Amino acid sequence: MLQFELWKKVLIWLTCAVGLWLALPNAFYSRVEQHNDALAAIEVGGETPALAEQVAEWPNWMPSALVNLGLDLRGGAHLLAEVEVADVYASRMEAMWPEIRDALRPERAEIGTIRLQPSDPQEIHVRISQPEGMARALQVVRDLARPIQTLTGVGSTDIEVRGEGDTLIVSLSEAEKLASDDRTVSQSLEIIRRRIDEVGTREPTIQRQGKDRILIQVPGIGSASELKEIIGTTAQLTFNPVVGRGSDANANPGVGNKLVPALEDEGVYYTLESAPVVTGEELVDAQPAFDQNGRPAVNFRFNTSGARKFGDYTAENIGSPFAIVLDDEVISAPVIQSHIPGGSGIITGNFTVEESTNLAVLLRAGALPARLEFLEERTIGPELGQDSIEAGRIATMVAFVAVLVFMALSYGLFGIFANIALILNVALIFGLLSLIGATLTLPGIAGIVLTVGMAVDANVLVFERIREELKTSRGPARAIELGYEKALSAILDANITTFITAVILFAIGSGPVRGFAITLGLGILTSVFTAIYVTRLIIVMWYDRRRPKTIEV
Amino acid sequence: MRLKLVRQNTSVDFFKNWKRWLGLSTFLMLLAFGSFMVRGLNYGIDFRGGTTIRTESVQPIDVGAYRAALAQLELGDVVISEVFDPAFGDDQNVAMIRIQAQADEEAVTADKIALVEAALKAVAPEIKFVSVESVGPKVSGELIQTAVLAVVLAIAAVLVYIWLRFEWQFALAAVVALVHDVILTIGIFSELQIKFDLAIIAALLTIVGYSLNDTVVVFDRVRENLRKYKKKSLPEVLNLSINETLSRTFMTSFTTLLALISLFVLGGDVIRGFVFAMIWGVIVGTYSSIFVASSILLYLGVKRDWSKPSNTSGNQFANVDA
Repeated sequence: MLQFELWKKVLIWLTCAVGLWLALPNAFYSRVEQHNDALAAIEVGGETPALAEQVAEWPNWMPSALVNLGLDLRGGAHLLAEVEVADVYASRMEAMWPEIRDALRPERAEIGTIRLQPSDPQEIHVRISQPEGMARALQVVRDLARPIQTLTGVGSTDIEVRGEGDTLIVSLSEAEKLASDDRTVSQSLEIIRRRIDEVGTREPTIQRQGKDRILIQVPGIGSASELKEIIGTTAQLTFNPVVGRGSDANANPGVGNKLVPALEDEGVYYTLESAPVVTGEELVDAQPAFDQNGRPAVNFRFNTSGARKFGDYTAENIGSPFAIVLDDEVISAPVIQSHIPGGSGIITGNFTVEESTNLAVLLRAGALPARLEFLEERTIGPELGQDSIEAGRIATMVAFVAVLVFMALSYGLFGIFANIALILNVALIFGLLSLIGATLTLPGIAGIVLTVGMAVDANVLVFERIREELKTSRGPARAIELGYEKALSAILDANITTFITAVILFAIGSGPVRGFAITLGLGILTSVFTAIYVTRLIIVMWYDRRRPKTIEV
Repeated sequence: MRLKLVRQNTSVDFFKNWKRWLGLSTFLMLLAFGSFMVRGLNYGIDFRGGTTIRTESVQPIDVGAYRAALAQLELGDVVISEVFDPAFGDDQNVAMIRIQAQADEEAVTADKIALVEAALKAVAPEIKFVSVESVGPKVSGELIQTAVLAVVLAIAAVLVYIWLRFEWQFALAAVVALVHDVILTIGIFSELQIKFDLAIIAALLTIVGYSLNDTVVVFDRVRENLRKYKKKSLPEVLNLSINETLSRTFMTSFTTLLALISLFVLGGDVIRGFVFAMIWGVIVGTYSSIFVASSILLYLGVKRDWSKPSNTSGNQFANVDA
């Protein structure tokens, strides 16, 4: 049947119109981008005349979604970080010790004296002087265990406790380790996101990948090391009681203590109690400030429980020093002069203004729960991206024109019909890319160029078939009809197989390769659509109007 | 008068020497495999870890001076090559520096990159570092695995699809042609020592898709003709089908090549290797769909007694109406 029902005609043209409409903003890329940025700025910081002017550059009623440009086109930094999830086990155990000690102390009559033994940091070893009380000790410590929810095990708890001779061994359970890993990664992700947001760059990508990896892509940033500086510092702030001060890097700090170097004074080491009084997690605010001598410093404030612990400790230990420790270095170790009840304080040190600002940002965002190891780093300069866009644009234009001319020469009027469909096709690809917020990469541009080359394939199949049918069939209408009918299975088979490879590329690939898979896949969808609906509709409309006795394809 | 790449109504006998064609393809595949074994692929950092730095400077590049500047840093294997591209301006001198993965590190550390940059600045003060990419050995190992997995999965998926839509002989013949294309592409990459990275895997998969596209169109016609001409022998049907689709095969390959060549010449050096792989793939894919896939099909033979009632192109897609 050469007839299209009216609703089909309307639907086909409507689809094309919507595609064109959505693709339109990309033709005015920088203008629309300014408009979008200005809108975002107004939402955050209120309206200014300059911003309002930028907003006005692109009408609000027009679509404003753009194709995102990938890092290889815009320039920026890419990092793949692995979260060292096992780090957390040790600090969990460290924090557990005071709790275990306090639980065992009242039982001294039965279990004797207790003593912390050196061990693997992921376990706590406690020796009791009366081994016959082990059963009681195990019971007491097991009561400290908290139940956890897992998919597999009902009744799992967070710690495992066992006795070996006179030694009680506490470690995290497997279920708890799994849960902890998951928490550590999502916490790291959140903190990285906050830190990058504080710096305020456009459209960063921060994604979890696999079990313990985080992918970070920030367009427009100068280099990967700059990005690492923003996210890489852990900024683990703790306040620890000071046991002693010395200059021997290899001194034995004793069980339950640790040796920490001073940040400023080379060669000075502090012996500190490992379990902190308060940690940075209980901070609610940190701001860059200046101390009474006008030197840069950081003001901080604790939450209620942090303030209480801090207040109690300072009240009980007036006259003794305590250490402010940042990432395993003592920033300062002031002597407590008086009870500090309000839960706020100031960190002084030899900071520059910039350092104190950065430190405040890091403290505010919270500490990363574990170290990050960077597995992959990429920096692409904006000039290279600009060059690539320019080259891609020219290549696409030339490819486009070459194919258009060739089609017109080969198929005459029908070639021009196919060309209209090809132009619509590229517009539809851009419309779809904008709609789903996909990212265009350099291989993605190659995907579009490839689509331009291959998109004519479906039309070529049909036209060649029509040529064949013209030789045998009764009249042009029948030939056109049969041409479409018989070419359809080849078109579908050929495109479905290519589509399968695009899907596999998308599922397995990453970064630029995925960008290629997206444009290739979308290109297949739009080219099939334009070939079997748009060109056909154009031909039918032309045929209805002209009613030619013979046609030449 | 229309432009025609192929005369109408060709009747070339493609199978006069089909054993010779298969022999040629086998020989080429052995050659490619030999080159791969002897020379190996020039893996990019995606697959072997390490760092690449792309520099740009106004002064002409003195590779020797760069090498001398970096030698003192003891970074192991360092490869420095100058990049040429017609799109570069006169004062745009580009070099690529590749540093091997360092033994004890996941990714090259920032300090080390800073050292490299400082050393190069000493010889070429106005040098700019337009891209710095570093991949650790852990990730690169995984990338190889996923890349191989992707190619194998794609071929397997295609095998299943064609098997469902045609007969197993068609599926097998198509897959042999695909493997042929992939091997020849890997062969030319090892022979010419073009950088083989993640993007090339994407190109390989596209070649798989493209070559298949061609093969499927021919097979589709073979299937149709097998039903139409029950009396004709298989070689005759194959020949007829290829001749009938020849015009289309050339048209599509030609338009695709037009687009790819413009990208190859004008698209910049960053994706040139990628585009080269695709151009090669289109040529090899077109050849293999005619000479390899069809010859294999001829060799395997096809079931001729179609149980389904035959109509013009009897399959479930044929009656989809627009």
